[in-house]
Amino acid sequence: MLRFVLTRLGILIPTFIGVTLLTFAMIRLIPGDPVELLVGERGLDPVRHAQLRAEMGLDRPLLEQYWHYISGVFQGDLGKSIVTKQPVVEEFFTLFPATVELSVCAMLFAVALGIPAGILAAARRGSVFDHSVMGAALTGYSMPIFWWGLLLIILFSGILGWTPVSGRISLLYFFEPVTGFMLIDSWLSGEPGAFTSAVRHLILPTVVLGTIPLAVIARQTRSAMLEVLHEDYVRTARAKGLAPLRVIGLHALRNALIPVITVIGLQVGVLFSGAVLTETIFSWPGIGKWIIDSIHRRDYPSVQGGILLIATTVIIVNLLVDLLYGLINPRIRHQR
Amino acid sequence: MALLEIENLSVTFGALRAVDGLDLSIDEGEVLGIVGESGSGKSVTMLAVMGLIGFPGIVKANAVRFNGAELMHLDRRARRNMTGKDIAMIFQEPMTSLNPCFTVGFQITETLKVHEGGSRSARRARALELLAQVGIPDPERRLNSFPHQLSGGMNQRVMIAMAISCRPQLLIADEPTTALDVTIQAQILQLLLGLQREYGMALVLITHDMGVVAETAQRVSVMYAGQLVEERAAAELFASPSHPYTHALLGALPERGRDRARLPTIPGVVPGLYDRPPGCLFNPRCTSARPDCAERVPPLETTHQGRVRCFYPLQASKTGV
Repeated sequence: MLRFVLTRLGILIPTFIGVTLLTFAMIRLIPGDPVELLVGERGLDPVRHAQLRAEMGLDRPLLEQYWHYISGVFQGDLGKSIVTKQPVVEEFFTLFPATVELSVCAMLFAVALGIPAGILAAARRGSVFDHSVMGAALTGYSMPIFWWGLLLIILFSGILGWTPVSGRISLLYFFEPVTGFMLIDSWLSGEPGAFTSAVRHLILPTVVLGTIPLAVIARQTRSAMLEVLHEDYVRTARAKGLAPLRVIGLHALRNALIPVITVIGLQVGVLFSGAVLTETIFSWPGIGKWIIDSIHRRDYPSVQGGILLIATTVIIVNLLVDLLYGLINPRIRHQR
Repeated sequence: MALLEIENLSVTFGALRAVDGLDLSIDEGEVLGIVGESGSGKSVTMLAVMGLIGFPGIVKANAVRFNGAELMHLDRRARRNMTGKDIAMIFQEPMTSLNPCFTVGFQITETLKVHEGGSRSARRARALELLAQVGIPDPERRLNSFPHQLSGGMNQRVMIAMAISCRPQLLIADEPTTALDVTIQAQILQLLLGLQREYGMALVLITHDMGVVAETAQRVSVMYAGQLVEERAAAELFASPSHPYTHALLGALPERGRDRARLPTIPGVVPGLYDRPPGCLFNPRCTSARPDCAERVPPLETTHQGRVRCFYPLQASKTGV
């Protein structure tokens, strides 16, 4: 087990280097000059322009710039934002809770609906319910997030007026962030209506971001369940005279969950890429929107640092998921 | 009175008749062997008795009576309360028949919990007693083991412990030794017979191994292509089989073919969905078939010794196998 964890942690280093190389190169491949974008339309005389570029180190050869960047990374320094002059790490962790809150809610939504839907579809294989769930899952999986988000906004915010269009909480409420998680902070603030407002703001983004994981989890649960239902031990459970709910919900599900957990882990990466679009549509002040804004401003250090930190998060979450297997599957737990 | 009585049982899967008009009865405390090749409908019959035939299988019968109660008319809950408690079953593959995600102790106490209730500690004590009874050393430790940590023989003992936990009146063993080593096979059979005597329960032993039947069963039913072809007391059946199929099965026993260079076999296979022959189902493979065997379907005749489905049953004198 320890060896397994160490191997997985060892893979982190080459992944890190790959991610830094990729983001460093990609952001510089996009045409545009950070200095000009910073100054705006007023323009700048060439001397001052060159001076600013030199200050940012952009006049050095690319290799030297990369070396400068990577040596900072290994000392835990991701640089400072060109625009705000704040350390990238600080900006990242100010906005990170918003993204985590949204992603966790989206994942809970996907798991809470996807697993029961998959189980029922498998238990009622070939029924109308099965076909509807699988049809809906395929549609959801194929739905472009930005379009799906806009459709929901038009219906629920525009026509029905049930949910707010954007943001994390109504502008009526203001309180100092304690945890950075709006649901918790609004609850702690004690202001009447604040928590409800936060929940209402969260509903649409959660649904939009959770749709693809929901579709994937429902399909995976169904197919894993169908496989397991033909196993001998399910027949044994029936032969013991157990009720169908216990046979399916305990004996079959426990085994079917193993591949489902894998898929849930893989969806964490999907969630972060989806967050970029979802946050942009709903003006959600999280990492996704921040990275998009940074790309627009050619804020090289913010883009590089942000993507590196997201990649790290995804890798660590996947590692935790792998460790979870042991809890669910005793055959893995006892491997030496 | 018979413990289990089956009248005209049919199990169909689409167009396939896996069991075809079967009559069978088992007395209290009796050991019945059901033999036949793979695909003859032995297991399906007993799965139907357990109520374990699922979609798309369809079970029909004039009557399936257990202890006087008509199983076909019971609602699902009442039927479930009986399965695993009064009628229990063990299967061919002990390694895959136990759930890999739960401990042996959990799986045994679960049966007790569902059917008998009682306190947690009482169930645990009973599980320990059962494990000791089926000959598992160090039961205290084994209770917390997972199936993959035990051998096939040990797992089959666990399956047996689970099956007898509620003291069933009928235990169905579906090829309980097929997947095990030869040395373990004999131990498991001895264990089953010992328990059968101790609990006074009826035991149905499904097998394709005539040797196993000879050692254990009091009465033998021979099945072929979903039909009962012969039923006799075990000793008589082995001494003088009436049906040519039984005769051929016995002839294929290695113990009986010692002086021959090659073990005799039965040519061909059990007919499937699309190649059911007209007349007697066994006639294409039968060595003593006559022309009219392919024209008329032989009925199951009751003789003074038992029952046989053949127009030309073998006479005792001819069957010096």
